[in-house]
Amino acid sequence: MKKLTLPLKNGEAAELCAGENVLLSGVILTARDCAHKRLTELIQKGEKLPFELKNAIIYYAGPCPARPGLASGSCGPTTSARMDSFAPILLDLGLGGMIGKGEMSDEVRAAICKNGAVYFAAVGGAGALYGNAIKKSECIAFPDLLSEAVYRLEIENFPAVVAYDCRGGSIY
Amino acid sequence: MRKIDVKIIEDKIYEMASHAGLNLTPSCLAALKNAEKSESGGAAKFALSTILENADIAREKLMPVCQDTGMAVVIMEIGQQVYLDGKPLREAVNDGVRRAYRDGYFRKSVCDPITRQNTADNTPAVLHTEIVEGDKINITFLPKGFGSENMSKLYMLKPAQGVEGIISAIVDTVKTAGSRPCPPVYVGVGIGGSFDTCAFLAKKALYRDVGSHNGREDIAEIEREALRRINALGIGCQGFHGDVTALGVSCEWAHTHIAGLPVAVNIQCHCVRCEKETV
Repeated sequence: MKKLTLPLKNGEAAELCAGENVLLSGVILTARDCAHKRLTELIQKGEKLPFELKNAIIYYAGPCPARPGLASGSCGPTTSARMDSFAPILLDLGLGGMIGKGEMSDEVRAAICKNGAVYFAAVGGAGALYGNAIKKSECIAFPDLLSEAVYRLEIENFPAVVAYDCRGGSIY
Repeated sequence: MRKIDVKIIEDKIYEMASHAGLNLTPSCLAALKNAEKSESGGAAKFALSTILENADIAREKLMPVCQDTGMAVVIMEIGQQVYLDGKPLREAVNDGVRRAYRDGYFRKSVCDPITRQNTADNTPAVLHTEIVEGDKINITFLPKGFGSENMSKLYMLKPAQGVEGIISAIVDTVKTAGSRPCPPVYVGVGIGGSFDTCAFLAKKALYRDVGSHNGREDIAEIEREALRRINALGIGCQGFHGDVTALGVSCEWAHTHIAGLPVAVNIQCHCVRCEKETV
């Protein structure tokens, strides 16, 4: 299985093909419904985002709290389609890609192609397995949103599939 | 008359919620194992093996099987000979849920629909009570994730659409949902009743074991035919294409009005968590 370190380096996304199984390691950021609403509001107002978006990989997820001694609680992907209206805005601003589950809109696929990004599908409902692949977790924005806050995750050997590649390929 | 202290119910809810968050039902696990065996290969088989591996990790590490530990849906069939002693029943249920979600390190996923402010303790639970014969209480506890709940639908069909209309409604709902609700799904269907009771029947259908059939042969035939057509869609586990798009279809029915044929389709993801107890 192909091993990748996130965030991807320039040009690395172009080598990925839809349907390929991958093992992901490195750094990703969680964000789901409420965090996306806040991020796009900040963008509309022309304000600074609370983290660097350029090349970042956003994981559509809201973890369970961690038990003492563990880095994270369960943390599988949530349904990506709910972020359809937000993803093209973030991709146009340099977002490197997303991890989630399920199909996204044609607009998102077009934005992935235009920006040379990628969309990985993790296996929905495998929260314990993914939580276990998280080695470090730190809340970096919107802590009042609890599980919907933005967490910076360090992951190791996180199984996923390339769902949309930047040439328009799709696993769905 | 039999007196039951609601504290007993609160503790029972606590146990049921704690166990449900970490464990798939035995019938769901068996159906997933069969699906993994029968799938020929590719990404769908990889996803099914990942799901089975996840179930083991959840048990070993006491981590919820899915991070969406759901809204707590509780159905209580209360015998009419029962006298409930102590704090209000609803409060007891919420207290049990609150403690279980805190102690289990489960996600708190309940919020105000307008402000989206999280209640931070996963309450209130959804509580349905029915008065039945006898002096016991049957409790069922189902934590319901919303990736799948969001893909559920209610149809008010015309009587002329009949059985074919019912089957089409079930299959179309699963087809439209596609990869989004975490297939392979478990499909709960309500047939008949009124607008409100039909949706409740669909939820109750999900309390049945995966693979079980309705006792009425004509309804069981709807379950079998709908499942056959759903699996012919080829959506597969996670939408990765494959032979298993649904693990089962369960239908519950009630009498309806001469002018109508309500059909509710409640989608449950492959993470079926459901506990049943009698007090």
